Amino acid sequence: MAKSSLDKKFDQIRKREEEKTFSTKKRSRIVNKFLNNRLAVLGLIIFTIIILASIFAPLLSPYDPMRVDLRSMRQPPSLDHWFGTDSTGRDVFTRVLFGGRVSIFIGLGSAILSAVVGIAVGCYAGYKGGWIDVIALRISEIFMSFPQIILVLLLVSITGQSLFNLMAIFILTGWGGMYRLARARMLSLREEEYVQALRSFGLSTFTICYKHMLPNALSPIMVNITLSTAMFILTEAGLSFLGLGVPLNIPTWGNILNVAQDILILQNYWWMWGPVGIVISVFVLCVNFIGDGLRDSTDPSQQG
Amino acid sequence: MKKEILKLRGVKVHFPVQAGVFNRVVGHVLAVDGVDLAIFRGEVLGLAGESGCGKTTLGKAILRLVEPTDGEVKYISQDDDETELTSLEKKDMDPFRKKLQIVFQDPHSSLNPSFTIFGSLQDPLKKFGIKSKEERRKIIGDLLEAVNMRREYMDRYPHEFSGGQRQRIGIVRALCLEPELIVCDEAVSALDVSIQAQVLKLLMQLKKEKNLTYLFITHDLSVTEYLCDRIAVMYLGRIVELCDSEDLYNNTLHPYSEALISAIPVADLDKQTKRIVLEGDVPSPVNPPKGCPFHPRCPKATDICKTEVPTLKKYSTNGNEHYASCHLIDLPEIS
Ligand SMILES: Nc1ncnc2c1ncn2[C@@H]1O[C@H](COP(=O)(O)OP(=O)(O)O)[C@@H](O)[C@H]1O
Ligand code: SF4
Ligand SMILES: [Mg+2]
Repeated sequence: MAKSSLDKKFDQIRKREEEKTFSTKKRSRIVNKFLNNRLAVLGLIIFTIIILASIFAPLLSPYDPMRVDLRSMRQPPSLDHWFGTDSTGRDVFTRVLFGGRVSIFIGLGSAILSAVVGIAVGCYAGYKGGWIDVIALRISEIFMSFPQIILVLLLVSITGQSLFNLMAIFILTGWGGMYRLARARMLSLREEEYVQALRSFGLSTFTICYKHMLPNALSPIMVNITLSTAMFILTEAGLSFLGLGVPLNIPTWGNILNVAQDILILQNYWWMWGPVGIVISVFVLCVNFIGDGLRDSTDPSQQG
Repeated sequence: MKKEILKLRGVKVHFPVQAGVFNRVVGHVLAVDGVDLAIFRGEVLGLAGESGCGKTTLGKAILRLVEPTDGEVKYISQDDDETELTSLEKKDMDPFRKKLQIVFQDPHSSLNPSFTIFGSLQDPLKKFGIKSKEERRKIIGDLLEAVNMRREYMDRYPHEFSGGQRQRIGIVRALCLEPELIVCDEAVSALDVSIQAQVLKLLMQLKKEKNLTYLFITHDLSVTEYLCDRIAVMYLGRIVELCDSEDLYNNTLHPYSEALISAIPVADLDKQTKRIVLEGDVPSPVNPPKGCPFHPRCPKATDICKTEVPTLKKYSTNGNEHYASCHLIDLPEIS
């Protein structure tokens, strides 16, 4: 079969196109950009260290975080007790490690679960529009305008303090932000022509919005998850410090900090609250660095 | 004997305009405002007009990507079965979604950046019963070769392709279920001129091989002349002239078409006619002018144009049917 002139011309175009080396994969470009951000990398390293230390806490410390040891009360930091001991002789370093487990679990868990709820609602409502969207928007406004502290007080007085109540409150007050983010992304994505093309095949709403569109809405949501994690950890610490958060018998960063309510301890035993305060700040800072790094590296306006 | 594939009657698409705190509807964008049109099997029907006159909306209304507010879109199968599409339930549309497809304008938003070509094309194939992955890969690979690309490209991501390549992938997507009619919405407008010509030739070659019908949307009448069998000119949501493409250029009836044609750059200086400059932009389709919608910009407008709406009437030029809607045509109307 003779080649038509059209084919020949296309061969030329194709040759030209192939001479341009194809750019590297998009994913690795994002990773590269993230790795070039020193603060973000530093944040990621410290974040990983703290998380690993919390997970492997029993391997790192010979002490039991709950065991009262009245012979070694209020000892300052030493080689045996790196962060000293508290008023009942428990090793503060061990408690910080074990507290990290709970605090990070609350922070990350609440952030991820609010994201799941927010995304599930936001994607569908944002893509569908109409009355579903209006209702979802109003509901999210109600939840977002409700002061968190009053919700906490209400729930604590009704059902008592518990870790899961606290997480439930975080999710109730937190999903709205994620929902709005997901919804806003979907509103702009749904006009994209590839979405129109999928609709022209009559694919189901679920396939289109959760499978094909959601991956393109994820990067701002990832950023938001990191920032919310930081915020929830701080809120937990604040609430526990006030005695409204997680029950005091569970070690969390906030509950360890709780002892600083006592002016005597605040003045005389800095090691009971100082190190844990620093750990909280460093961790939150690292999470924020990671969030900023993610935002910069996935920013579509900076992609070629 | 020419057979129709689509017949539109009185198609209207009105978008509500909302304002205020309570999203009250304060008016409507009359994007498409009463279009009657027949598309014949195997033809290339051009749909021309400045941007904002409702061409895309009309194309989408045919595929029900926007729901027509009013009117009928009839699909006529090869065995002459007529189906009214706009009144079908969503799920009953499926057999017709296979037959009617669309190629979009913007090569940058037409492909999903998160999926490989195969990844984004395989769901439609799956939905329409091609269960084995091997078979799906074969169909997409064959089509990629048909648009002069390599089969292996199906495993690449969109950002690895140039605009012309993406547009060809858009064509592959439109072709993957073996449609009968393809709406080409400014399919080449965003491309470099040299690549435009290649893609147009490719479209024509595919049309011949696969017995396709095209509704070829463009804002640029210089592309359509050699491509289209007939051309419909649209202004503010209505068709103002519809005829064989030769007649549109040689026996223009409507002043709007005249202005569009005079704006085409001509290489041959002898043929250069005086350019009719259209003043201003297309008026807002929210409050279209009374009388003839074109009268504020029409160089020939008279008093009657300001009050009476001209209707699309049938004339004959060169022995061919020629529709136009203007008060000042002094040809005998035929019924
Ligand atoms: N979804 C929409 N909502 C409101 N107005 C719209 C929408 N889509 C298009 N329009 C309006 O309808 C008119 C026709 O648009 P369009 O069909 O895109 O024109 P064309 O393709 O000829 O440039 C424009 O005035 C546009 O602003
Ligand atoms: S009816 Fe009048 S205003 Fe309208 S196109 Fe004809 S001459 Fe122009
Ligand atoms: Mg358009």
